[in-house]
Amino acid sequence: MSEAALPMRLALVGSPNCGKTALFNQLTGGRQKVANYAGVTVERKEGRFSTPSGRNYLLLDLPGAYSLDAASPDEIITRKVCLGEFPGESVPDLIVCVADATNLRLHLRFVLEVRKLGRPMVLALNMSDAARRRGIRIDVDKLQARLGIPVVETVAVRHGGAAELTRCLEGDVRAVVVAEDSTDLHVQVRELIAEAVSMPRRTAEIDDAIDRIVLHPALGLVLLAAIMFLIFQAVFSWAEPLMEAIEIGIAHLGTWVGSALTSMPMLQSLVVDGIFAGIGSVLVFLPQILILFLFILALEESGYLPRAAFLLDRLMLGAGLTGRSFIPLLSSFACAIPGIMATRSIQDPRDRLTTILIAPLMTCSARLPVYALLIAAFIPQRTVAGVFNLQGVVLFSLYVAGIVSALAVAWVIKLLRKDKSEHALLMELPSYRVPHVRDIAIGLWERANIFLKRVGGIILSLTIILWFLSTFPAPPAGATEPAINYSFAGQLGHVLHLVFAPLGFNWQICIALVPGLAAREVAVSSLATVYALSGHEEGLQAIVASQWTLAMALSLLAWYVFAPMCLSTLATVRRETNSWRQVWIMAAYLFALAYVASLLTYQIARMVGS
Amino acid sequence: MRLSELVQGLSAVVQEVEDLTEKDPISRRLRDFGFVSGEPVRLVGRGPIGADPLLVQVGYTRFALRRNEAARIIIGEPA
Repeated sequence: MSEAALPMRLALVGSPNCGKTALFNQLTGGRQKVANYAGVTVERKEGRFSTPSGRNYLLLDLPGAYSLDAASPDEIITRKVCLGEFPGESVPDLIVCVADATNLRLHLRFVLEVRKLGRPMVLALNMSDAARRRGIRIDVDKLQARLGIPVVETVAVRHGGAAELTRCLEGDVRAVVVAEDSTDLHVQVRELIAEAVSMPRRTAEIDDAIDRIVLHPALGLVLLAAIMFLIFQAVFSWAEPLMEAIEIGIAHLGTWVGSALTSMPMLQSLVVDGIFAGIGSVLVFLPQILILFLFILALEESGYLPRAAFLLDRLMLGAGLTGRSFIPLLSSFACAIPGIMATRSIQDPRDRLTTILIAPLMTCSARLPVYALLIAAFIPQRTVAGVFNLQGVVLFSLYVAGIVSALAVAWVIKLLRKDKSEHALLMELPSYRVPHVRDIAIGLWERANIFLKRVGGIILSLTIILWFLSTFPAPPAGATEPAINYSFAGQLGHVLHLVFAPLGFNWQICIALVPGLAAREVAVSSLATVYALSGHEEGLQAIVASQWTLAMALSLLAWYVFAPMCLSTLATVRRETNSWRQVWIMAAYLFALAYVASLLTYQIARMVGS
Repeated sequence: MRLSELVQGLSAVVQEVEDLTEKDPISRRLRDFGFVSGEPVRLVGRGPIGADPLLVQVGYTRFALRRNEAARIIIGEPA
């Protein structure tokens, strides 16, 4: 076996915002593998590349770190992998340490800390083009001589911007032997900068100018509201037609495949109503996930996301959260799944968990069909207080009820938590950058992959299980009621009826709740099935209006404010927290809240006489 | 005086960062960020609600610090 067949193992380290991931993308292109480090939820990214001379490299993108001896889970991993102490990771042959050439006062300290590990290393001064534009001059030779390691300049966002680095990798890089030096690292950094760096201005003028508007107490908030409004408009106006197209397309495909199986009705039903319905219910989430993440990634890359967190931190802190929780929670109004996936940008694990736990209380778009059905059937079209539409007021109060309960739950979680130590904000506001298309595309690809592979499998299997429950056993000969009433789901619904009778739910609602586990909006079409009205949802509204009481409808609305039965959300929580415990906690507390809220609503409404 | 008391737009020099607890992780992170003795800092701005958090420049970087985080940083007289 030739030596070239054994790839050299490189580890990419650097402080947050040094452009490390962009450099990783530049070197490896699309050849990346994303997983988690063994036993933790920290993301592990590895890629391959080869240099023009044919040498192969395996590049590991370690989590960003400000320091190697701090206690955050990310930084512990970075330290242990660099030293070869992390179980299951072999020690890297070479460390590529990345520093932002415009931010050396902060990043050089980390470089010195990595150098003290005594491993072979290279320093990449990234964003060297931006440094040059700002008139920052770095004496690379002097820096190299003082540090005793090779120093190269890179521009991660420009094609060929890593050429100097790959040339250097082909050379012979040895371990640095650092003489025991007790001088404080900050003092060493100051000396290095005084010797090798000349900087006309501490910050970029353009950053100062943008921040004067973006962080302005009034203008900044107006701008933030405008950006959020734009995102919401985009999600609803772009994602809705795509979601509809996916649903129709998959359904047609299923029917087409199913038509080949007419001789075997059971298999046909499995394929059409189980497998294809399952694939459809997985894919239907993709448009919202991709569009939301397109915006979130663009905002993150540009440097705006931490600014939004700055503006809103005080507000969120009141509820025991952090400014970083805002975007994930806002995304949850479209769908809790991308919202929960977006919590990765929250550094404090406690804040992240609280945000995940309350995300499903934001009224997601899947609840709208249920709200629409009940509001249209029971709430009269009437103008209140001169200008407001009563139906609109009810819909709005359902949203507010979700938000208020989310804040209350966050507050209770804060009370119950044993670890009362102070939560930190301590957030860097990086320089503004124009987002790079390649980096955003790779980021979107990663999110889609994670969702389809890790969450999609769970959703698909659950849909098939639910199909099984609603199909077997088949109705007896001469049955008069819809088939679902005789199935396991139907029987389960009748059992559930005992539990839900105090909430005013009739057995039809209880049966519809079972397939509604797959996705909340499915409850509406299931109700139509139970009332033997398949495909006639307009008819459903008339039945509901004539056969249900107002108290029942209000009770079901209250139930859906909390709606604990979205299995897709629970599957995402499982994936993002790597823990079944959190899944159970979430399901249990949502169920309890929903039950109590519906019970109170129903009993009070009946007492008042509706 | 403390960084949390600095007037917006003024600069001062850091004297030290206090530990509120033993091995205070927040103070340690502040030192990692460059809030160390002799380093000039400037209060660039404040958040829109309750003038919190603070926008602070140290070195070539800007950080958002909550008031109680900034209160750990002892500074000299503003210049």
